[in-house]
Amino acid sequence: MKIHEYQAKELLAAAGASVPRGLVARSVDEAVKAFDTLGGGLAVLKAQVHAGGRGKGRFKGSNKDYGGVKLVKSREEVADVAATMFKYPLVTKQTGEEGQPVSRVLVQEAADIAREIYVGLVIDRGMGGPVLMACAEGGVEIEEVAARNPDAILKVLVDPDRGLDPAQAAKLAASLGFKGNQAAQAEAIMTALTRVFLDKDGSLAEINPLIVTQSGAVQVLDAKMSFDDNALFRHPEIEALRDLTEENPMELRAGQAGLSFVKMNGNIGCLVNGAGLAMSTMDIIKLHGGEPANFLDVGGGANKDQVTEAFRIILADPNVKAVLVNIFGGIMKCDTIAAAIIAAYDEVGFHVPLVVRLEGTNVELGQQMLAESGKRIIPADGLTDAAQKVVASAKV
Amino acid sequence: MSILVDRNTRVLTQGLGKAGTFHATQCRAYGTQMVGGVTPGKGGQVKEGFPLFNSCAEAVAATGANATMVFVPPPAAGAAIIEAADAGIQLIVAITEGIPVLDMVRVKNYLAKKPQTRLVGPNCPGVITPGQCKIGIMPGHIHKPGRIGVISRSGTLTYEAAWQLTCLGLGQSTCVGLGGDPINGTSFIDALALMQADPETDGMILIGEIGGNQEELAAAYIKENVTKPVTAFIAGRTAPPGKRMGHAGAIISGGQGGAEDKIKALRAAGIEVADSPATLGETMAAALKKRG
Repeated sequence: MKIHEYQAKELLAAAGASVPRGLVARSVDEAVKAFDTLGGGLAVLKAQVHAGGRGKGRFKGSNKDYGGVKLVKSREEVADVAATMFKYPLVTKQTGEEGQPVSRVLVQEAADIAREIYVGLVIDRGMGGPVLMACAEGGVEIEEVAARNPDAILKVLVDPDRGLDPAQAAKLAASLGFKGNQAAQAEAIMTALTRVFLDKDGSLAEINPLIVTQSGAVQVLDAKMSFDDNALFRHPEIEALRDLTEENPMELRAGQAGLSFVKMNGNIGCLVNGAGLAMSTMDIIKLHGGEPANFLDVGGGANKDQVTEAFRIILADPNVKAVLVNIFGGIMKCDTIAAAIIAAYDEVGFHVPLVVRLEGTNVELGQQMLAESGKRIIPADGLTDAAQKVVASAKV
Repeated sequence: MSILVDRNTRVLTQGLGKAGTFHATQCRAYGTQMVGGVTPGKGGQVKEGFPLFNSCAEAVAATGANATMVFVPPPAAGAAIIEAADAGIQLIVAITEGIPVLDMVRVKNYLAKKPQTRLVGPNCPGVITPGQCKIGIMPGHIHKPGRIGVISRSGTLTYEAAWQLTCLGLGQSTCVGLGGDPINGTSFIDALALMQADPETDGMILIGEIGGNQEELAAAYIKENVTKPVTAFIAGRTAPPGKRMGHAGAIISGGQGGAEDKIKALRAAGIEVADSPATLGETMAAALKKRG
């Protein structure tokens, strides 16, 4: 689960990190008030969306030449920029063409940057735990640095129970070129970042950039955080930060029904049991010349209600021209899933070709039930046949 | 004797809730020695024919169990794995889906001090040596005793592979589900090493998916250490970056963990990679034929 920049900064500040003064606004009036509260000096308006690449984005439909991060000098300018931010969706390289509407804007004191640094934490699978990464080159994308100059990224494995060791922090700060009082400030920020990550079950936490101001203060200029969905049960305070407007409505709806769904751009809907099989079903559709409209894993024990909801979600996409159901019935028997498909077929009012491939427990019975149902269901014999039939159906 | 489990394996169940009880019963029906369950506070009772114990240590002392199947819900699953390791259980098969990643990091750190214990999973279908022992949620009847090992990060794709091998008459020596989580116990390399050393395994099918770099590491390992034929399949060639595809570990992040990189690494190591999930069995059959 992702949170907004301003929320991440609040968590970091509470853990002892130095953060520039800022206030979040939900309207143009609030933005102007926040600007006044900060003293009316040079400020930055930052559109709060979960997608990255905000600075280089554009507000779709506006004629403005700025993106989601804008320096502002006056109350008038604040009002004008905030009005644009709240009115038009922000398009960045991560949002897709439709863009993301902005409902919150962070009004922050402008910083006079002398130096930018990258600090981030991830769970590193290879190293087997949380790894603090730091790079003297900040303000750029870390993936880009990793590809260009991997040795420039310092990595430290952190013990989940002990947290960042003071010696580790000191060594990192020194490697980044911090000295004296600045080193102490940088260490405090890295320690705070690690504390938040470990205490709240983070999956990614980045400060990019961490800055040194002209006056020598070390501060968190931008921050990004996401959390382990599987650990939210023990962090209601993090769950409370969820912004549902940032999430795909269909993916949300699927999640509520216990389905795992990811929207794709093709025209063949898929309903599959198991994550690996669901991914390979998309792959085999592509292999046979089609394009999947979605990833959908109904899980191990799908019932009629789940299949019905899954069909509704798939068919809500106007691009969908055909649907493939691919089930390897193990514990879930093929006759059970056939009954669910037949019942759901009528309930959702199927209007596109439906290809069904069943395999596994009670497969003959399941196939017979589909054949005798009187529905326009195209049976498939094996994975390849299923893919070929659904690709052909979608082209008609 | 295949790997990890055989007819002598004595299995406990931790977490005899609805799903745990159902699957423990299925495993017993398959012929596995399901010797009891661990439910704190219910020691001395019997559930569906399974004698219950208050702790793993008590259960091991009373039953001689050397393996356990973990169905404990996510908040307590990590502690359950550690308890099993402390009781000296050699094989822990964790079926539970949804364990917090940091809990698994702690479990892995702890298990590093317990070299006699092996963890398979979590978030996996389990381990089966057909005709001898089934620990997990896989349907028993799609398997057939044979000489091909299956190692996979995905549940239903393991079933596809097993079923295709069964239909081709090849069968399976042991199928190991590694699980779909980012931090897990047994890795591809661990399972490959066991199967390479197993006189009853003639070849291995490796089924990977997007996320992490276990497949790349396995490719390098195979090139140096494995003489038996290995074939592979990687799920998620069409998966978009930055999206979690069902499994917690199935995500392309920061430009890493994509399917094409894995396929490239495997092919560079001389491993045949099936393009379609429909040809997992055929690809292995062809590789065996090629070796004569």
